[in-house]
Amino acid sequence: MDIGVSLYEGERTRLGGIDLDKDAAVIARWTQDPVYLHRTGAEPVRPLAAGQVKKKLEAQAKEAQEGRRRFDFALRLKDDGRLIGLAALEGVEWSHGNAWLRLALGEPADRGHGYGGEALRLLLRYGFYELNLFRLTAECGQDNPGGLRFLERHGFTREVCRRQALYRAGQRWDDYCLGLLRAEWEARS
Amino acid sequence: MTQELLRGERVRLAAPDPDQGAEQVAGWHRDSEYSRLLDSDPARPVGVREVTDWLGGEPKPTSFNFWIRTLADDRLIGFGGLWLHHWTHRDAWLGIGIGERADWGQGYGTDAVRVLVRFGFLELGLHRVSLSVFGYNPRAQRAYAKAGFVAEGRIRQLLARDGQRWDEVVMGILYADWLRTQAPAPG
Ligand SMILES: CC(C)(COP(=O)(O)OP(=O)(O)OC[C@H]1O[C@@H](n2cnc3c(N)ncnc32)[C@H](O)[C@@H]1OP(=O)(O)O)[C@@H](O)C(=O)NCCC(=O)NCCS
Repeated sequence: MDIGVSLYEGERTRLGGIDLDKDAAVIARWTQDPVYLHRTGAEPVRPLAAGQVKKKLEAQAKEAQEGRRRFDFALRLKDDGRLIGLAALEGVEWSHGNAWLRLALGEPADRGHGYGGEALRLLLRYGFYELNLFRLTAECGQDNPGGLRFLERHGFTREVCRRQALYRAGQRWDDYCLGLLRAEWEARS
Repeated sequence: MTQELLRGERVRLAAPDPDQGAEQVAGWHRDSEYSRLLDSDPARPVGVREVTDWLGGEPKPTSFNFWIRTLADDRLIGFGGLWLHHWTHRDAWLGIGIGERADWGQGYGTDAVRVLVRFGFLELGLHRVSLSVFGYNPRAQRAYAKAGFVAEGRIRQLLARDGQRWDEVVMGILYADWLRTQAPAPG
């Protein structure tokens, strides 16, 4: 790796700061989509207004400032700067070298173009070579087979299967923890 | 039946009264091993104020905290609890700590875990209970297994302590499996 190579720039996308005013309205639109919400958390679906999203983002920024245990990014297209997703390394445990990884593209139309893969590669380098973490962990439900395949394609291993831990659409789904060790990532890249 | 809800064979779940016992609970953390078995946060001495802050105020509707007391002499020997992230999934995380080393390995923990699990299923209507336990804590893993939990995987090398890396073991118990282990109702 070369220190001159940007941590933030992918081929077509870039990781950047979240703009509390402009981005909140876009994210509020994503929260109208239950699929987006199911894939980003276990909370019951609750569409949010832009003002509510902004409050959440502010709380997150404050938490990041005070605790240095979370790193949040906006994912944008390089050509027009449009916000297409959110990414985070959170719940960092410095003494153990672990963080939880989150990544989601907002619009269904933006999925399947390789933007997620670009973003994930940037996040992994950031986590392993900037935060110097030992491992990264991601959570993904059985109701999101695309997400599971995506993480596995990028080197993550299924480590834990909490049986029937999610209850959605009248069905029980397993909840997986997937992990990637820094040594495994280095061996691949 | 309702009376039995909070009682096991050796221990009972009692109100987590910060006015009676906070000092004792804080004192347990003078033993760094206790802290390191319980929590992945760096071990550090805990003040009484922290314990009272943790338990003070209105109980949250998603947190069920208890003191564990012996049936024989009503001695406060530990704490335990069930914590839900979201009600919709009916899955709660279980935590327990028996404070004094002299009380470890006496069967109190397994009994308390059984009572907590039964409380989760019969009172909270849970579908499953989850917990995590560190690779260097075989005593707790054994106690959980005796209470019916099965390992659902290992977060590889999650923990770094004493110059080594250790897995975190995640365990779970499903209501349907638990029910089959209960004595059939008479009649
Ligand atoms: C974990 C804890 C709640 C278990 O309660 P406990 O009363 O000590 O456990 P029990 O006596 O009911 O059962 C312990 C079992 O582990 C076994 N055991 C004890 N030490 C062991 C070891 N080093 N390796 C394997 N098994 C061991 C005991 O023999 C017993 O099994 P058995 O009945 O088949 O003989 C309690 O020890 C405790 O609070 N420890 C400190 C904090 C902690 O570890 N909390 C849990 C964090 S996940």
